[in-house]
Order: sequence, then C-alpha cells, then structure tokens
Amino acid sequence: MAFDSGSAAFAPWEDPGQKPLISFKSVTKRFGNFTAIDNLTLDIFEKEFFALLGPSGCGKTTLMRMLAGFEAPSEGTIMLDGQDIGPIPPNKRAVNMMFQSYALFPHLSVADNIAFGLKRSDMPKSEIAGRVEEMLSLVQLSQFASRRPHQISGGQRQRVALARSLAKAPKLLLLDEPLGALDKKLRQETQFELMDIQEKTGTTFVIVTHDQEEAMTVASRIAVVNHGKLVQVAPPDRIYEAPNSIYVADFIGDVNIIKGLAKPESDNRYAIQWCENHAPIIGTSQHAFASDDICHFAIRPEKVSITRDRPTDRTNTMQGKVLEIAYLGNISTYHVELPTGQVIKAQQANNRRISRRSFTWHDSVWLSFTDTAGVLLSQ
Amino acid sequence: MNRRYSWFNITSLTLGFAFLYIPMIILVIYSFNASKLVTVWAGFSTRWYGELFQNEAFLDAAWVTLKVGLASSTLATVLGTMAAYVMVRSGRFMGRTLFSGMIYAPLVMPEVITGLSLLLLFISIGLDRGVLTIILAHTTFSMCYVSVVVSSRLASFDQSLEEAALDLGCTPFDAFRSVTLPIITPAVLSGWLLAFTLSLDDLVIASFTSGPSATTLPIKIFSAVRLGVSPEINALSTILISIVTFGVISASLISKRAIARQRREEQEALQV
Ligand SMILES: Nc1ncnc2c1ncn2[C@@H]1O[C@H](COP(=O)(O)OP(=O)(O)OP(=O)(O)O)[C@@H](O)[C@H]1O
Ligand SMILES: [Mg+2]
Repeated sequence: MAFDSGSAAFAPWEDPGQKPLISFKSVTKRFGNFTAIDNLTLDIFEKEFFALLGPSGCGKTTLMRMLAGFEAPSEGTIMLDGQDIGPIPPNKRAVNMMFQSYALFPHLSVADNIAFGLKRSDMPKSEIAGRVEEMLSLVQLSQFASRRPHQISGGQRQRVALARSLAKAPKLLLLDEPLGALDKKLRQETQFELMDIQEKTGTTFVIVTHDQEEAMTVASRIAVVNHGKLVQVAPPDRIYEAPNSIYVADFIGDVNIIKGLAKPESDNRYAIQWCENHAPIIGTSQHAFASDDICHFAIRPEKVSITRDRPTDRTNTMQGKVLEIAYLGNISTYHVELPTGQVIKAQQANNRRISRRSFTWHDSVWLSFTDTAGVLLSQ
Repeated sequence: MNRRYSWFNITSLTLGFAFLYIPMIILVIYSFNASKLVTVWAGFSTRWYGELFQNEAFLDAAWVTLKVGLASSTLATVLGTMAAYVMVRSGRFMGRTLFSGMIYAPLVMPEVITGLSLLLLFISIGLDRGVLTIILAHTTFSMCYVSVVVSSRLASFDQSLEEAALDLGCTPFDAFRSVTLPIITPAVLSGWLLAFTLSLDDLVIASFTSGPSATTLPIKIFSAVRLGVSPEINALSTILISIVTFGVISASLISKRAIARQRREEQEALQV
C-alpha cells in the first residue's frame, strides 16, 4: 500500500498475466517426522515487500532458508524467475539473507563485514570502498567502521547485518527479523529507509517480523503463517479489515469475537442471534451462511463506539458496565461487561485531557456499531 | 577472596609436584655437572653441552627428529582438521558413530600395536624405512589428537557464519578459508603444537618405523643409555625438556587466551 503511485495501485498478484518472481509449488519441509512447512503454495512478485507473520516456531525462518538455499524442500519445488532453484547452491543464487542471529564475522571489522560480499562479486575493486561508505552511512554507523562486531551494541550489530545483506543489491532480499533490536524511533526510520531502498532499487523483499505494526507499515502483502501453513495472504488493509478466520483476526490487532447463529435476511445481510434475550446483531458478510449456521462476528475495538446515552442512528446497540480502562496515551481501551457476562472492548481517541474524560469504572454505558463495521467468520 | 591454605593442602601439593618433577630436576642439575661420573657432583660446567654439539650422531638424530616433527605435525594438522570438519559438519549419516570412533580409536590403541601395524604396512608395500616412514607413522597417530582439539572448537562454532559466507557468494572452500579457518586458528595452532611435541617424544612408534638410515633422538638416547648414562645424554635431555615445556606452555596459552576471548565476545554478544 505504500507503493500506490499515481492511479494504478501496485497489485501484481491480482493480475493473472503477471509472472511471479518466487513461486512455491506444494512445498513441504520435514525435519525427521516433524513437518515444519506443510504443502505450501505461494507466489511472490517482483518489487513486492512481502511480510511473513506468525507465532514463534511456525516455520518462517525455514521458509527463508529454503529460498536462500540452506534447506532443500522435502517435497515440491521452488521457482525463482521461472527456474527451479532446487539444484542451485546458495552462493550462486541472486538472493541475500539477513540472519536472525546476524551471523557477523567476528574476525572482521564492521567495514570488512559489509565489504565481504562485494569482494566476491564482479564489482570493480575501486568501487567497493565507496559502496561500503554508502552502506555505513545508510545505517548510521560510519564512525564504527573499524570496530569489531563484539565492540558494538546489539542494535548496531543488527544494522551491520542489514547493511551487509543490502550491499550487493540482490534481486531478492530476505530479512529475518531485521529490526527487532532497534528502539522505536530508529526502527521507524529504518522501516522508511527500507521502503525507500525498495523503491529505488526495485529489490523484492521478504521480511519476517513479530511486529504487526511493522508488517502493516512496510508490506505490500502479509502472509499469516501458522504450523507451517498459510492462513491468509493479503494486503495489510485486507488482512486487517477482512480477516478470513478467527485466527487471523485475533493474531493481527485486537478483536471482539461474538459467537452466534446466522439468520440470513436480505442480500448479504445477516441477523446474528448471539443471546436469548437480546436483539440480534445485524451484520454483513461477503460469503454466504445458511440459516442457523454457527458464525463468529468479529469487530475491532476502534469500530465500537462508547456513549453515555443510547445512540439512535446506529444499527446495533448494547448496554453494559465499564469494567476496566486501559489508558494508552493517544487512545483508551474500555472493557465493557454486558449483562450476559461477555466483555466487549471499545476504543476511543483521547482528544480530551484525562481529568475531563467522560467515563469511569462501573459507569453504565452504551456500545454501538454500524452493520458494516464487523465481519462474519465461520471458523 | 582471601583463602587460606591448610598445611594439609600445601603438603599434598608439594608431594605431588615433587613426585612429578624431582627426577627431571636431578637430570637438569647433573647435566651441568663437571664430572664424567654421572652421580658424583664436581662443580658447575657447561662442558657436556659443548661436547654434545660435537657429536655427529646426536646432531644427525636431532636433525631427523626436527624434520619429522615439523613435517608430521603439519601433515597431521591438515588431515586432522579436515577430519574434524567433516565429523562436525556432515550432520548425521549412516555409520557416523563408527566413523568418529575410528578416528579416535588410535588415541587409546597401544602404541606397540600402531607401530607394529605400520611396520607391516611399510614392509608389504616395499617402502624403505627412513625419514619418510617415520613422518607417515607420526602423522597417523598424531592426527587424531589434532582432530580432537579442532573438533571441540568446531562444535561450538556458529554454523550460520558459514551460511552467511555462502550467502554472500563464497564457494564452500572459500567460506572455509576466509571465515571458518581464521576463527578456529587458535585451536589448529594448539593442535599443531601438540602433534609436534608428541612427535618429539615418541620412542615406540619411531623404533618400529625407523631404519638404519634415520634415527630419531629418543631412539638414540634410549640406545645410548643402555650402554650407560653419560652426562651428554643429560644435557641433551635437558634441551628436549625445555623444547617440550615451551611447546606445551604455548599451546595451552594459545588455547586459553582464545577461549577467554571467545567467552568475552559471546558475553558481549548476549548483552543486546
Ligand atoms: N534443523 C532443524 N531440525 C529440526 N527441527 C527444526 C530445524 N529447524 C527448524 N526446526 C523446527 O521447525 C519449526 C520452524 O522453525 P523456524 O525456525 O522456521 O521457526 P520461526 O517461525 O522462524 O520461529 P521464530 O519466530 O521463533 O524465529 C520449529 O518448530 C523448529 O523447532
Ligand atoms: Mg525464525
């Protein structure tokens, strides 16, 4: 989404004529009898900034290592630029990887670490020093050029690793949690730097991150991975607004899930019966539910408004009591307990000073949302 | 910490060291004895050192020993490092345990057996016994020591460093040469020194594999002593003791310093 330039949005995955740069074809990877990657099929296109998101141990690094050439798929093939890369050794692939553990060479200085790959490329010797300079200033480490990796801080090491993988300007760059050790400000700067590099060089990025905000910021598409399987692959806004499962909705951001029975009304409108003595929730859904299907209504806290009086212009309203208030600075999250015992989270921007806030604990409040604010999920 | 040593501790320490080193100290002292009679002290003199350097037979043997030591320890270091690398890096394969057992078996094999089997081999392939056969024999038995030293270092070596090198365009050999080797150099060096001192020391295997054309110093000393201990032998032994001491001390210093540095770097790496 960061790439929308002009009228045509960057969305090669929607164009069937586009050839993918990377293509996983039913790839399975087993370690002994443990399946780390489970029959995965995925296309990644040139100039994409593709983010892998998922819990620890779900197979993100394994996926990267197969692209870099350190693991061979147990089954299936991986194509890079239309070529099966199975038999190509890591040093012959136009792919560079930034390791989760950084893997800096302890016996070489920061500058020599960055120059390492350049010295083994066809770059003329005279240009190497200049390129190293450029990389050092990019990651703001110019004054540390002659230090050894053990003489710099963890965050600085991470930046050296990043610079080293960027130096060769590869066709495909794999970043395994590239910014985890940086403080928030430097991380944001580097994120924009990465997007800038991406735009300038047209490199394709595959990035692993635990930080969903980061994925949202930089990625053209996000893949949510769990147990070696892709749960959903979509642009950040789709992942956030239209998750395809409770898992994705829950993994990305905060969400309220209300379980109920679907009663189709008209077109794609449904009444969701979620409680005996309460009006059903009215919602819309892109995919169909039959009458009395079990469904889950998922709605983001920021789409639930909280007021003292019952609003008249909203389709769905429910009354409850403030149980807890989480103050996050710019916003506050209110945990509101319904008479049924269910707790719904509602978020409100703090555009007033805290002393003038309208609700406090145990206040009786009204929650409300429109009929298009949430999504209906089957599982 | 202010720790006091009890009398008991001091006594046992003294006894232990005395047991280990009194014979050698006596030998060193008598090497400076002016008298021809080994057991009668007649004042300080370096006469026997002088005579030693006139003795062609000893000098020849010393030269052979040095050549054998340098050549065999270098060969053993190359082979032992390669073996260690394969053992640590190749992961699991059929018969891995057997293979690694076979590399380490010569460590516990009686030297007489190693010597004898090498002798049989050389005879059967018609290799004349001489410097070459001693070099081969010493390489054979000292390479397992080198591979033990090097593989313990490789086991704690972060494999992702090699992967990073490959990723940046190195061939596997280039990755080994420009990343792995510089990092494990201290272990390789102390392996080399160990192999060198082992070769200097060896009597049993050398006596099986040496021929009339080439004799090593330990063999020479042993045969000379059978005709009676001469002060010259004391002088020679003193020189040998100093060489071996120097070798062992520098080997342990090298590896100790490397370990200390590695610890420090790892600790610093953890303080992210
Ligand atoms: N060489 C290996 N041998 C056996 N199991 C492995 C190996 N490498 C990875 N695994 C297993 O495969 C699974 C996926 O590992 P992977 O490193 O890809 O996780 P990840 O998604 O990168 O996790 P994290 O976010 O913690 O880095 C894990 O359960 C791990 O234990
Ligand atoms: Mg990982």
